[in-house]
Amino acid sequence: MSRRKSSVSLENGSRVAVIGGGPAGSFFSYFLLDLAQRVGIDLKLDIYEPRDFSLPAPQGCNMCAGVISETLIQNLATEGINLPASVVQNAINSYVLHTDLGSQRIDSAFHEKRIGTIFRGGGPRGIQETRFQGFDDYLLSLARNKGANIICLRVTGVEKVDGYVQVRTHSSTIEGYELLVVAAGVNTAVLKLFEEGDPKYSPPDTTKTAIREYFLGKETIEKTFGDSLHVFLLDFPRLDFGMIVPKGDYVSVCLLGKDIDDSLLQAFLTAPAVKGCFPDGWHWDQPVCQCLPRINVQAALRPYADRVVFIGDSGVTRLYKDGIGAAYRAAKAAATCAVLEGVSSEDFRRYYAPFCRSVEVDNQFGKLIFFVTHLIQRMHFAHNALLRRMGNEQRSSGKSQRVSSVIWDTFTGSAPYQDVFLRTLHPAFVGRFFWDLVGSLIAG
Amino acid sequence: MDSGELGKIYHDAEIIIKQGEQGDYMYVVQEGLVEVVYETDRGEVLLALRGKGEFFGEMAIFEREARSATVRALGEARVLTIDKKNFLRRVYEDPSLAFQLVQAMSARIRELSTEVSLLQIKRDVNT
Repeated sequence: MSRRKSSVSLENGSRVAVIGGGPAGSFFSYFLLDLAQRVGIDLKLDIYEPRDFSLPAPQGCNMCAGVISETLIQNLATEGINLPASVVQNAINSYVLHTDLGSQRIDSAFHEKRIGTIFRGGGPRGIQETRFQGFDDYLLSLARNKGANIICLRVTGVEKVDGYVQVRTHSSTIEGYELLVVAAGVNTAVLKLFEEGDPKYSPPDTTKTAIREYFLGKETIEKTFGDSLHVFLLDFPRLDFGMIVPKGDYVSVCLLGKDIDDSLLQAFLTAPAVKGCFPDGWHWDQPVCQCLPRINVQAALRPYADRVVFIGDSGVTRLYKDGIGAAYRAAKAAATCAVLEGVSSEDFRRYYAPFCRSVEVDNQFGKLIFFVTHLIQRMHFAHNALLRRMGNEQRSSGKSQRVSSVIWDTFTGSAPYQDVFLRTLHPAFVGRFFWDLVGSLIAG
Repeated sequence: MDSGELGKIYHDAEIIIKQGEQGDYMYVVQEGLVEVVYETDRGEVLLALRGKGEFFGEMAIFEREARSATVRALGEARVLTIDKKNFLRRVYEDPSLAFQLVQAMSARIRELSTEVSLLQIKRDVNT
């Protein structure tokens, strides 16, 4: 690709507005200011975020399963961002896959705790524990320490005046931004501000998910769920998978699929495979907190314009897994483009859009993988074959763990879906799984 | 180990990297201290101490040589493993991921240059 000089670039004193102080907005601000400092540009950056993420839900929550993938944890550590124990609720070293026919545990490499569970805000309703810091609050403080200015106001309007961006709130109008970054997520009204603005931007398609939090107490959680994430492949229509995430004194139950509603949530929570994981005396209908947030399942169209870029859920994100990791990657791609290339529509088309396309292509492989998991969910003999193969692999540590690694990477979000899919085409994978399917069918 | 502590605990004197072995990982200290020692026939030479947030074993990411030194915990240390494939995949997509690492390696080269200069001066004085 030949280099060209952008007609619209950030210079000393340029002003940047970021709408949304969630992970995408904070990561963008952090890396934009970091890169600008490295190349010697002094930028002024405002983050517009009306919520206080130190408050317990729903005031401070960003409605998310709250799992930080091992890939993101490694990437952040390489960037010099080591998540403190005061932010990570539980460090995770294993996954347990549950089906109607049984369960199988998969351990992480080196039995190391490489996955973190977090609260996005200050914790569920009624939380007593105050020594923890919400993940979004932590990231926002990193951005603030890099020099970002946090404006605790809701954005009510955005306009372009003389080519620059003007941001309106209920109490003020601030003009002269040379770049506007929309990192607002899909559960706020902010994206509506852009539906009639630039006709080329079209917001992402979304679907409803469900998250519930239960108080069980730390000791009970250690005994019942351990240091594992619990994934459920159960045969329910519209359900791709369910997950139980231990977080300190609480567990979060998350359902992902198509338009999850209360009836599906109830059917899931009362299924023997799920109920059996909880301690005696647990009541499925007594959560301390719950929400039905929407998630991005199809990327926005053309998430950029002159001096405007959409990142995180308002642009493109990874299907189902590692949304925070996708926000980090999008934020870095957009920040690098803005500092090193420019902020015109053409700059974003050349240097940011390829990242968006790569995520979209990968999501197509993800859809294919979850279609196959749907099929497996419906066939008991396939459950059996899967559990048997994973069991054999986990017992023979050190040998090739093809099926376990595919399941691990699918449900932890540790590898691109395309990479996972291609591994399932390996003759050894196909041969072994086919052998197990035949064995399972014969065994009846 | 606190429930929110990522990585793996290594106890005092426990070896994390063994000189001469092959490795595909680098590490980041999350808590505590590790010591980097060069093993010779005449004993060990302490090369460096690495503390919270610092990398070690990074040469394995870029070279296919055997480990050049042994690294072990000095007291209890909590360490996160970074695997080569994940790191290189991300660097391919986003080369700026390597900034911190290059910065740390650059600082170490600077330290070594200073040490070599001081040794040279010392030798010149003695002769």
